[in-house]
Amino acid sequence: MASRYIREFLASEAFKKAGREVSDVVPRLVKFLCCLQVTKTHLFTVTLSYGPSMLPTLGLAGNLCLAERISTRFEKLGVGDIVLVQSPEVPWKFMTKRLKAMEGQSVTYFVDPKNSDKSETIVVPKGHVWIEGDNIYESNDSRKFGPVPYGLLQGRVFWRIWPPKDFGSLAQNKGKDSVS
Amino acid sequence: MGTRSALWSFANKFFTCGVIGVYVSDRFVGVAPVRGSSMSPTLNPGTTSLMGLAIDDYVLVEKRCLQNYKFSHGDVVVFSSPSNHKERHIKRITALPGEWIGTRHSYDVLKIPEGHCWVEGDNSSSSLDSRSFGPIPLGLVQGRVTHIAWPPQRIGAVEKRTPQDTISSS
Repeated sequence: MASRYIREFLASEAFKKAGREVSDVVPRLVKFLCCLQVTKTHLFTVTLSYGPSMLPTLGLAGNLCLAERISTRFEKLGVGDIVLVQSPEVPWKFMTKRLKAMEGQSVTYFVDPKNSDKSETIVVPKGHVWIEGDNIYESNDSRKFGPVPYGLLQGRVFWRIWPPKDFGSLAQNKGKDSVS
Repeated sequence: MGTRSALWSFANKFFTCGVIGVYVSDRFVGVAPVRGSSMSPTLNPGTTSLMGLAIDDYVLVEKRCLQNYKFSHGDVVVFSSPSNHKERHIKRITALPGEWIGTRHSYDVLKIPEGHCWVEGDNSSSSLDSRSFGPIPLGLVQGRVTHIAWPPQRIGAVEKRTPQDTISSS
């Protein structure tokens, strides 16, 4: 009895129509998702940054930012850009930091700004970059784990999309020394 | 009009195939050539040749391991060089985070920091690896080599080989 119903259902017009719709929609959906993923891995990505390390540029509560991967690939990054970095300590974690020095440049940093004025100068080795948070008092950055390989840079953060009142470019205070 | 729509549909198909191809090679599996003899005899043993020219091996690189960065001893991985991000190297992982490794030429042991690994080539005499640039961050790893895909007489899986010179794991 049941098999007869199933056979009738399979032969019915509604089933064929549904099948046609599925075979029409699924390839489009696959195509769309692939396009989205390729855009995300090669052109633009959305990143959520939170925590105190980039105060006052990026707030505590979490900012949704847009990052582009093109300038990372073609080495168009400059000192002062905000970059998205894969953490050298926890590989699935991404951090938002400011680029302080490229390879071959020397950088002076405060070893422990909370307690002392002691500063050190090092030259960034080949193929590495020096990254620091804007809030040097509470930031887990190159001062702790040293220069990071360029291959860990994932993109340049350039546009803030959330919260809406701060919507806009992030490049305005580029180059300004945040230590002073 | 007919040729134009044919051209359009061809371009559309081409684009679709390209996007899907890029997606698959980013997320699932890709192919990479092996250059140099640093992984000989596992890869590029130098025995396959065509009319006197040595042919490089091509390997399948699996990307699923990048979801959680779980590797084990003896995995052959592709990573971008810490001193030049455009270069890709293929080496074998010999120590994982938290383990101690003894270097051969100097008799000290050092601990692999969190999130790093120690990579060495199988052919230790001509290999630029962690013995010269130290442990590398796991974030630089781009995939795990699973099979040799080309040339045809060498098609087969790349076996895991456990190293002998790690001292202990903590």
